[in-house]
Amino acid sequence: MADLLDRKLLFVTGKGGVGKTTISAGLALMAASRGKRALVCEVDAKGDLAASFEAPPTRFQESQVAPNLWAMSMDSEASLRQYLSLQLRLPRAAGLGVVARMFDFVASAAPGVREIVTVGKLCWEVRERHYDIVVVDAVASGHIVGQLAAPQAINGLVQVGLVRQQTGWMLDILSDPAQTGALIVSTPEEMPVTETIELVGRLRAETTVDLAGVVVNRVLPELFGTREEQVFEALADPGVADVLDRGLEGGSAALLDAARLMVRTRRARAEHMEHLRRGVAEAAGGPVPMLYVPYLFLRSYGMRSTRQVAAALSAELES
Amino acid sequence: MKQGAGQASSLEELLAAKEIVVVCGPGGVGKTSIAAALATMASCHMGGRVLVLTVDPARRLAQALGLSSAPGRAQRVPPEAFADAGANPRGELWAEMLSTKQSWDRLVLRHAPDQHTAQRIIDNPLYQNISGRFVQSHDYIAVERLYELHSEGNYDLVVVDTPPTRNAVDFLLAPQRMAEFFSSRLLRLLTVPYRSRLVDVAARPFYYVADRVLGSQFLEDIAEFFILFQTLSDGFVARASEVERLLADRRTSFVVVSTLETVPVREAEAFMAMLPAKRLHLGGVVLNKVLPAYLTEQRLADRAELLCASADALAEELCRPSGPLAGQPAELVGRVLGEVGTNFNNIALVARREAGQRTELASGTPVLASVPELDDDVHDLAGVLHLGHHIWPGGEG
Repeated sequence: MADLLDRKLLFVTGKGGVGKTTISAGLALMAASRGKRALVCEVDAKGDLAASFEAPPTRFQESQVAPNLWAMSMDSEASLRQYLSLQLRLPRAAGLGVVARMFDFVASAAPGVREIVTVGKLCWEVRERHYDIVVVDAVASGHIVGQLAAPQAINGLVQVGLVRQQTGWMLDILSDPAQTGALIVSTPEEMPVTETIELVGRLRAETTVDLAGVVVNRVLPELFGTREEQVFEALADPGVADVLDRGLEGGSAALLDAARLMVRTRRARAEHMEHLRRGVAEAAGGPVPMLYVPYLFLRSYGMRSTRQVAAALSAELES
Repeated sequence: MKQGAGQASSLEELLAAKEIVVVCGPGGVGKTSIAAALATMASCHMGGRVLVLTVDPARRLAQALGLSSAPGRAQRVPPEAFADAGANPRGELWAEMLSTKQSWDRLVLRHAPDQHTAQRIIDNPLYQNISGRFVQSHDYIAVERLYELHSEGNYDLVVVDTPPTRNAVDFLLAPQRMAEFFSSRLLRLLTVPYRSRLVDVAARPFYYVADRVLGSQFLEDIAEFFILFQTLSDGFVARASEVERLLADRRTSFVVVSTLETVPVREAEAFMAMLPAKRLHLGGVVLNKVLPAYLTEQRLADRAELLCASADALAEELCRPSGPLAGQPAELVGRVLGEVGTNFNNIALVARREAGQRTELASGTPVLASVPELDDDVHDLAGVLHLGHHIWPGGEG
C-alpha cells in the first residue's frame, strides 16, 4: 500500500457528497508531510479545497498552502491559454482569448476537447517534474471516465493538429500504473457503494488508468465487541434504568437510545462495507487496496479535519 | 421530532397549489428518493394525476417505480403495487425516466426545416455525442422535457428530479446557455464558409490558431455540424425562452433538498441565493438524513458527562448481588457505560453542528420536512411510502 505515494498522478473520484475534496486534501497533506513536493488540484471549482486548508480561494496559478504543498483550481480556458503560449510561441498571444473561448464552445459538441485540456495540464505538471506528486480532486464518478478516456476519444475524432499530437505522451503517463492511478472514495452507504463498484468496472473497461485503491470514508466507530454488546443489551432491563436514572438524575433512556442509533447505523453500514469489498474485488478482477478513514466527530471542517484525515490515511498506508 | 403544524401544512399547500415542483440540490443528498416520495404522497393524499420525472435513478428505485423497461415514456405505477405495499392512493402516480437521446431527437425533428435536414443532424457523429454522452445536455433536456409534459396538460402535478449536475446552478442556467449558444459570435466564426475566411482579415488569427490547434479537418467537421444545427436556431431560441418563462411561472416551485453536512449546505445556499435573481420561486427546503433533535439537549449532554465520570461506580451498583446485573463483571459493565456516555457526546457534537447549519439554511426559508436517516435506501414502493410518511405532515417524521 505504501507505493500509493510513489505514483506521480492520483485522480481522486467518487459519487457526489462522499468527501472527495477532504480525502484529496488529506492525501496531499500527508504526501507533503513525508517530504514530497505535492500539488493538489480541484477540478470542480467549488472552493471546498481552499476551505480544507483554510486558505484564500485557489486559482489556476498554484499557491502554497502548507510546507511542501501547493493548491490550484482547474480552469480549462486558462489551461488552454497557457498551453498555446508555450506551444505556438505566438507574439503577444494574439487571438488567444477568442481561441480559448471557441475551444470552450467547441467542447460543447465534441467529446473530450475540454477534458483533454484539463488532463493535459495535469499530465504536463507530471512530465515536467514540477512536483513529486499531483493529487487531483477530480470530477464525480459520472464524469471521470469521460475525462480519463479523453485522449483516446480525441484520437478517434481529430486526425491532425496540435491537440492530436499531444495525446501520445499523455496516454503514456496515464496508462503507466507506476505513474498514474485512480482512487475512488466511497462511504459505507448503499448508493455510493453501488456507484463505486460500477465505476471500478468502467475504469477497467473504458480507460487505461490503473485503480490504485478505494477509500472508505466516514466509517463509524465500533462501540462494542461481542461481550460488550451482550452487556449493552442487558442495560435495557427496567431495573438498570432505575439505578442509572437515580445516579444521573434522569436521561438514561435517551443516552441508551443514542447508543442504539449508533449501533444500528453502524451495523447497516457494515453490510454495505462487506458488499463494497466483495463487489470491488470482483469488478477489478483481483484484490484492490482499501483504506478506511473514520467518521470525524468535529465541530467544523478545516485544517484540523484535514490533518486528521491525513493521519488516518497515513496509518492505513503503514498497515 | 414532530414538526410544527405551520411547517407541515406548507408542504401540503405547495403540492396542492403548484403544477410543477422542481427538486434540486447538491449531489448525494437523496434528491431522487425525495422526489419520488413527494410525488407518491401527492398522489396518495390529494388525488389527481401526478408524474415524477426522474433522471438516472438508482436501479432499485427505478424498479420500485416500474421504470426499468421503457425510458422516455411515462408509465403508471400500478394500483396493485400500491395495494401490495398497503396503500390506497386517491390519485394516480406516473413515473418517467428521462431519455436524453429521445428528447433531443424529438426536439430536432420539431425544429428542423425539413425531414432531410433533421435526419442529417441526427446522423452526425457530433450530434450523437451531444445527445447521448455529453453531460451538460442533460440539464437543458430535462427542462425541455418538463416543458413538453406540462404543455401536453396530462398531469395535475409534475415533480422533477433534477440531473446530477456538477453544480446545481448549471441546471438553472441551461435554457439561457442554449439561447446564447445560437447567438454567439463564435458560432458565426465557425460556420463561415472556408473561402470567405481568407477574406476576413480581422478573424484571420483566429482561424490560424484554431487550425493549428484542432486541425482543419476537425474544424470542417465541426463547421458542417454547426451549419446544420443553425437551422434549428429560431425554434430552439424561442423554445428556450418559453422554457425559462415556465420555470419562472408562479405555478412552478423549487424545492431544495440537502443534508446538514457542511459542504452540501454551502452548495444549497449558493443555489437558493441565485433563485430570486432569476425570478424563480423557492417553495422551501427538505432536510434529509437529519439526526433526532433530542441529541442537542444540553440537559442530556450533562447526563452523558456524568455517566462518563461515574461509569465505574454505577457499574458496581448494578452488578452487586442484589443489583439488576448481578453476576456480570463490573469492569465490563463500566466500560460499556463509559462508551454509552462518550458516544452520546460524539453524536451530540454532530447534531449540534447540524442544528447550526439548519438555522443558517432555514433563515427566511420554510423547512418543508425534515427526514431522519433511514436504515435502508429506498428500493421498493413500500420504501418510497415509508420515506413519504416521514415527509408528509402528521406522518412518522
